[in-house]
Amino acid sequence: MKKEDIPQDDGALNKLTKEVVYAVDNAGNYTTELSTGWEVKATALNVTWKDIEQRIEDARQKVLNNEASPILYFMELRLMDIGIVASYTGFWKWTIKQNLKPDSFKSLSEKKLKKYAEAFNISVDELKTMNVHEE
Amino acid sequence: MKNEFQHLQAAHCENGVTTNLLRTIGVEKITEPLAFGIGSGLFFVYIPFLKINNGPAIAFRTMPGLIFKRTCDSLNIPVVRKKFNSKESAEKYLQECLQSGQPVGCQVGVYYLTYFPKEYRFHFNAHNIIVFGKDEDRYLISDPVMENATSLSAFELERVRFAKGALSPKGQIYYPKEQRTVTDQQISKAIETGIKRNVFHMLKIPGTIAGVKAIAATGNKIKKWRDKLGQQKSGLYLAQLVRMQEEIGTGGGGFRYIYAAFLQQAHAFQPNDALLEISKTFTQAGDIWRNAAVQAAGIYKGRIGSQADFNVMGDYLIQIAEVEKNAFRALSKIKWNK
Repeated sequence: MKKEDIPQDDGALNKLTKEVVYAVDNAGNYTTELSTGWEVKATALNVTWKDIEQRIEDARQKVLNNEASPILYFMELRLMDIGIVASYTGFWKWTIKQNLKPDSFKSLSEKKLKKYAEAFNISVDELKTMNVHEE
Repeated sequence: MKNEFQHLQAAHCENGVTTNLLRTIGVEKITEPLAFGIGSGLFFVYIPFLKINNGPAIAFRTMPGLIFKRTCDSLNIPVVRKKFNSKESAEKYLQECLQSGQPVGCQVGVYYLTYFPKEYRFHFNAHNIIVFGKDEDRYLISDPVMENATSLSAFELERVRFAKGALSPKGQIYYPKEQRTVTDQQISKAIETGIKRNVFHMLKIPGTIAGVKAIAATGNKIKKWRDKLGQQKSGLYLAQLVRMQEEIGTGGGGFRYIYAAFLQQAHAFQPNDALLEISKTFTQAGDIWRNAAVQAAGIYKGRIGSQADFNVMGDYLIQIAEVEKNAFRALSKIKWNK
């Protein structure tokens, strides 16, 4: 890529920093330049987030329809998979799969609920009600 | 405590941490491209049975941690590396390092990295930063992908050092152990070793999971995605490919431009003009990767999406595989100055 072809588009990273891109100058030598972003990858990130938001909404509906426990909702909200939840809570993956069912969730002890709440960085009350207020 | 430390921005976090830490021990000549090349950073891997963030597990660079390790090993620089079972001992050790004037590399998770924009905060645990001091209750942070240095509270730093999930950092700290003088001859030899190892990784790993064969195999897979996964899911898969290829840290074109820059800089230590020619081939590879990304974007935006469009996408990767195969073959034939 030539230095003058480095895109300077908008992107989410722009809020924080410009990024270093490598490109060749007119003499054919490599040099670095700061870029504000590239529309092609900004869109890649956007479609990824649209999908995540859809997954979160689907999970919320499932919980409301009593097809899944709030753990599913918070797992999606926190971009986790069962492996990550297992790693944060210390529970077996198998246990978590059980707790994804509404009935199993309802019978959880306060202590276990607290572990889930901590893993999702919320209170036990928020875990039960799916009511979280954040940015 | 504020240690004398100059923050320098890099494209990729681990390259940046490596070059910035080496400068703290008086090794000034190792630029980001040199660290990347000596560390044999260029790679391609697609692990079909593994999913990351509901998409394909694709990487354009070598395993996290290896660039720092290989670069220090090649230059005969001893490294201290520590992991911790308890958060208390992890912070105590960090404070001792800072008090003795030693900036340290820290492996951290990105999900709770508060200064990152929300859109970038996934559960990715192999980000690298340097902690270089403490100002009242805030740790001073040099994150190589950022233009300026920043800071984190003790709690924030602890939370990212003890992020959980795949590749969990476990408080990992690393730094070069002592002052060293590195000669041009050592760098020259390290360049040779780094290139030979990279040739091996890209050409000789059996199977189609890693190396140039994996690029071609991925190209062939992409042609089948439309029928197999449907329009929307294959769009998401392509978006993941583009993010791995172009997102913060790659320097553009899936690290191919950084590698091309490395070969140019290597020429100063190994004056063989073939390096300059092969550098151009990697620039060309990077350019095709970026053309492929534009094609992919057409698909995930829904602007195009016929089977013919997927075929064009797949053929880009098959073409890249050929270009990179020839480039690495040419590198394998270089006569090195002893």
